[in-house]
Amino acid sequence: MLLEMATSAFSDRVALRSGDDQWTYAELFAAAGSAAAEVSAAGTERLAVIDVSSPAVPVGLFASAWAGIPFVPLNYRLTEGELESLIQRITPAYLVTDTDRVATLSKLPNTTVASRRAFLEQAGSGTAPPPSWPMEPDAIALLLFTSGTTGAPKAAVLRHKHLISYILGSVEFGAAGEDDATLVSVPPYHVAGVAAILSSVYAGRRIVQLPNFSAEAWIDLARRERVTHAFVVPTMLARIVECLEGSDNLDLPCLRALAYGGGKMPLPVIERALKRLPGTSFTNAYGLTETSSTVSVLGPAEHRAALASDDETAKRRLASVGRPLPGVEVEIQDEAGRPLGPGERGEIHVRGEQVSGEYLGQGVTLGPDGWFATRDGGSMDAEGYLFVDGRIDDVIVRGGENISPGEIEEVLLEHEAVADCAVVGVPDEHWGEAVAAAIVLGKDRPASPEELRTWVKDRLRSSRTPERIEFSKGLPYSETGKLLRRKVRAQLRGDAS
Amino acid sequence: MDPRKPGTRLRSAVCDTEVMVIAAPAVAIELRCGGAPMIDIAESPPPGASCHPDAKGGTALGKRYVDEAGDLELLCTKPGEGSLTIAKTPLTVKGAKPLPSSD
Repeated sequence: MLLEMATSAFSDRVALRSGDDQWTYAELFAAAGSAAAEVSAAGTERLAVIDVSSPAVPVGLFASAWAGIPFVPLNYRLTEGELESLIQRITPAYLVTDTDRVATLSKLPNTTVASRRAFLEQAGSGTAPPPSWPMEPDAIALLLFTSGTTGAPKAAVLRHKHLISYILGSVEFGAAGEDDATLVSVPPYHVAGVAAILSSVYAGRRIVQLPNFSAEAWIDLARRERVTHAFVVPTMLARIVECLEGSDNLDLPCLRALAYGGGKMPLPVIERALKRLPGTSFTNAYGLTETSSTVSVLGPAEHRAALASDDETAKRRLASVGRPLPGVEVEIQDEAGRPLGPGERGEIHVRGEQVSGEYLGQGVTLGPDGWFATRDGGSMDAEGYLFVDGRIDDVIVRGGENISPGEIEEVLLEHEAVADCAVVGVPDEHWGEAVAAAIVLGKDRPASPEELRTWVKDRLRSSRTPERIEFSKGLPYSETGKLLRRKVRAQLRGDAS
Repeated sequence: MDPRKPGTRLRSAVCDTEVMVIAAPAVAIELRCGGAPMIDIAESPPPGASCHPDAKGGTALGKRYVDEAGDLELLCTKPGEGSLTIAKTPLTVKGAKPLPSSD
């Protein structure tokens, strides 16, 4: 429906660019219709795409909605065994993948497998008559598998009503100008990758796809395609800024808006980005898969005000994820579910029409009043600005005291020698858990563990001072910018990893 | 046609307008477009019908229309020359909330 509206408003506008190929809104619409007919004819109940960010993703996304079946973007980096066990949970399924994998996947029962090229050629031929399409708000639009760091991956369920509510609540139809273009570099199995497609289509903005991220390729594509909007995860921004700082005459004159999210943004990175790109508006977006992407934003004006201000409260805002979107409520609750006041730390709860909180096979996990427990710890200031500490499951319990790693990491990152760091709990005979830190030093100057310990001790309580500090060349991150604490913990515990 | 279920799609009986119900009031309402009661999307409009002269304000694609109480909200998915009313009371366009792009 969103795509049909966009097509009727600007059918000849370019909707999608991927490499040298481009599709107008009318072409994308026709392709989705014909792919929907193909998928329906195959009698499958889900359409899965195992691919990098390619045209098969938007075509598959809209074709699924048209055919009335869920769209399932799967992580193309998973091993064969991991993929097989996920696919078993979604059959009978139509699978679209890159050519290398067609033969292996075809062996799985109850699947119809097409290569990306065959799928797009069929869709592009436009011969099949499109089926009439259902509009059932309660039907499942999207199944997204969580990364499964603590157990088997869960499939988060997003229904059409959640996605439509998110789009209507955050995007104005046709708001994009003729020349607007958005660069999508997050992988399609991440909720931000799907949200970017939906938002861009509804706004009428050209989507430019970057299949494999590197800072050089991102900057090059942004310049070549005159990209005006983009979304990146913190690790991507860090590399982009590094790359820009390495060259004085490299700029991004067309880039008006850069949004980021998906993980904690280190303060030094965003400060450097703001200085290096003075003409760009920065937005910090916080959200989860289960909440149909973004639930709160820190806007461009707040970013610039924080950078320019001497006032501590305004400056601190740069570490905040901003205020809730209209139509979304956010509350900090204690362990008993009681709402907490300004500045008090607890678990972040979210409520609103775009919030699903549902997993396949587990049902809806919302509380009796519709609140979704995010498992993120955080606090809110008196003006409603939200601060995210990190996953509650990552909290270090030292001698009965709950310690949030984010708080210590923030302080360590303020030290001029520290380029990146991760704080985790390691088993300790005396305290139950002890605070340990993995530190990546910058190129500018060295620092001793003792110096860093004193630095933390002077700024936080002594219980928060890392008992163990190890220096490391780099920290393990997932492709979507999430710090893999499990690996850091194993490393600091002395496990083989 | 009683537009009480979100997701319901309706068309005008007298012009090209099509809408989708985003939010609906609990009570039955007489939703009209171009002066005539709206019909289900699957129905065909009666031949030869035209807009009432008092209800020719037009609808715009992608705009959201609300009643005064804010109970009813419609998304225009196809524009037409008729205007949307509950009985004879016109619906108004919901103001855009400028938000920074977040994805």
